[in-house]
Amino acid sequence: MTPDRILRIAVIGTGPAGMYATEHLIEDRNLNVEVDLFERLPTPWGLIRGGVAPDHPEKKLIVERLFDYFFKHGCVRYFGNVEVGVHVQPRELARWYDAVIYAVGASDDVRLGIPGEGLPGSVSAREFVAWYNGDPDFSHLDVDLSHPRAVVVGNGNVALDVARILTAPVADLEKTDITDHALRALKASAVKEVVILGRRGISQAAYHNPELEEIGHLDGVTVVVEGDDASPPNVDWATRRKLETLRELSAQSTRAAERRIVFRFLCSPVEMLGEHKVEQLRVVQNTLEPVSNGTLQARPTGKRLFIDTGLVMRSIGYRGTPIPGLPFDDALGVVRHIEGRICDDQGAVLGNYVTGWIKRGPRGIIGTNKKCARDTLRCLIEDLQAGRLTPAELRSTEVLQEIKARQPEAVLRPGWLRLDHAERTAGRAQGRPRVKFTEREEQLTLAAEG
Amino acid sequence: MAYVITAACVADYSCVEICPVDCISPGPDETGFEEAEQMYIDPRRCIDCAACVEACPVLAIFEDDCLPATMRHYAEINREYFGERSA
Repeated sequence: MTPDRILRIAVIGTGPAGMYATEHLIEDRNLNVEVDLFERLPTPWGLIRGGVAPDHPEKKLIVERLFDYFFKHGCVRYFGNVEVGVHVQPRELARWYDAVIYAVGASDDVRLGIPGEGLPGSVSAREFVAWYNGDPDFSHLDVDLSHPRAVVVGNGNVALDVARILTAPVADLEKTDITDHALRALKASAVKEVVILGRRGISQAAYHNPELEEIGHLDGVTVVVEGDDASPPNVDWATRRKLETLRELSAQSTRAAERRIVFRFLCSPVEMLGEHKVEQLRVVQNTLEPVSNGTLQARPTGKRLFIDTGLVMRSIGYRGTPIPGLPFDDALGVVRHIEGRICDDQGAVLGNYVTGWIKRGPRGIIGTNKKCARDTLRCLIEDLQAGRLTPAELRSTEVLQEIKARQPEAVLRPGWLRLDHAERTAGRAQGRPRVKFTEREEQLTLAAEG
Repeated sequence: MAYVITAACVADYSCVEICPVDCISPGPDETGFEEAEQMYIDPRRCIDCAACVEACPVLAIFEDDCLPATMRHYAEINREYFGERSA
């Protein structure tokens, strides 16, 4: 190792994956690094800002208690509103830097692949989440809350987030940093029931315990369980806790409630029906069948039923999208890599790495990305020590000139701090953590000097 | 007495790294980390040093008699994770 050599590294994406990678780089005392953070949006923090539910402010503490320290570090720069593949190409970054770490997450989602999925009223939970959290690209999503019933397909933590936002008392959400356009829509919402569909049984539900428990803390919401009440004998500890929590939640559901959340298990969507928009969802009931790897698979029975609804949200998984110029594994929806080193048919594309969801797929929670970043950086350091990294061709001032020339509206760190300040100030007046500005133009104006 | 990790945990494992008696699981190299919903503190081995409290980036850790009302059962959940059943 040559500790006096300054290692210039680009980290693409400022969500947990990118920020944990930055943390590991800065904290490694054997390295002398300069990190440039590239972000597609004017605002940083990826899914912390754009994914974590507004009623989970404690999870967002990670920004001020951890990520902000590295973001503001003297060896770190921020290039917001700069998109790799648009303003700068991966092959250029590879030359400009000693190494490039892609931490771009999963920006698409898995489709249901059923007839009628293209009808208005059929959206993805990912888009709905981006809408209520203020991603400027989704501010104008048409979310129709005029029907008393909404259906969420899939029962992971995102499905529960969405069900909670749709049924929570608006007065509670008014204290959060949920977007104003979402608040207006939820105030006028006719939704009284959210049905959460799980293709498998009650013991195979994908949600975690904390998220399930929270459903029980919602004022005026009752919980109903349909389709599967089996209590299988041999389930693990975490599953047993989830079964107990769900049993408690449904046992409390005697009082007349304003809204209800229905957990319907063993049920798959087959078709969305409606003339101009979704009016009905046709579903089929499933049974469980053991398969060779020891798990249970859902198998459709002949039994069908119809659910009247005006809004169907698919929430069956996020999916990575290809980065122009980098090898992509279409089956897994991730960049092709071996232990974090990006690889094509010829082997490692030296100096290029992945971490987070674009590396391992959309699994795990915020901290799972810390280990993921650690593992990727071990490969990077190994490559550095073996002399496999080609030194950066540009100096840091030259990179800044290039960025400004290619994207005159790039948001640098002081710009984000101005926008952040404006959001917090607007929030203080309303007793909220912040009021998010959700139009890109507005964000850029506030970020601009003066 | 012991400290307890509650539902806000994001599995950042700064607590595991700082714990002087190694009583927090699952760490990043243990099986089950990738699927973990949260980390847990073994109440039989916790020495009440509180180092983890400040290390936690989301303030998810409380002393067991200071747990917020909605999180009281997490003392039991932390204990159960380590296979001990209290009566």
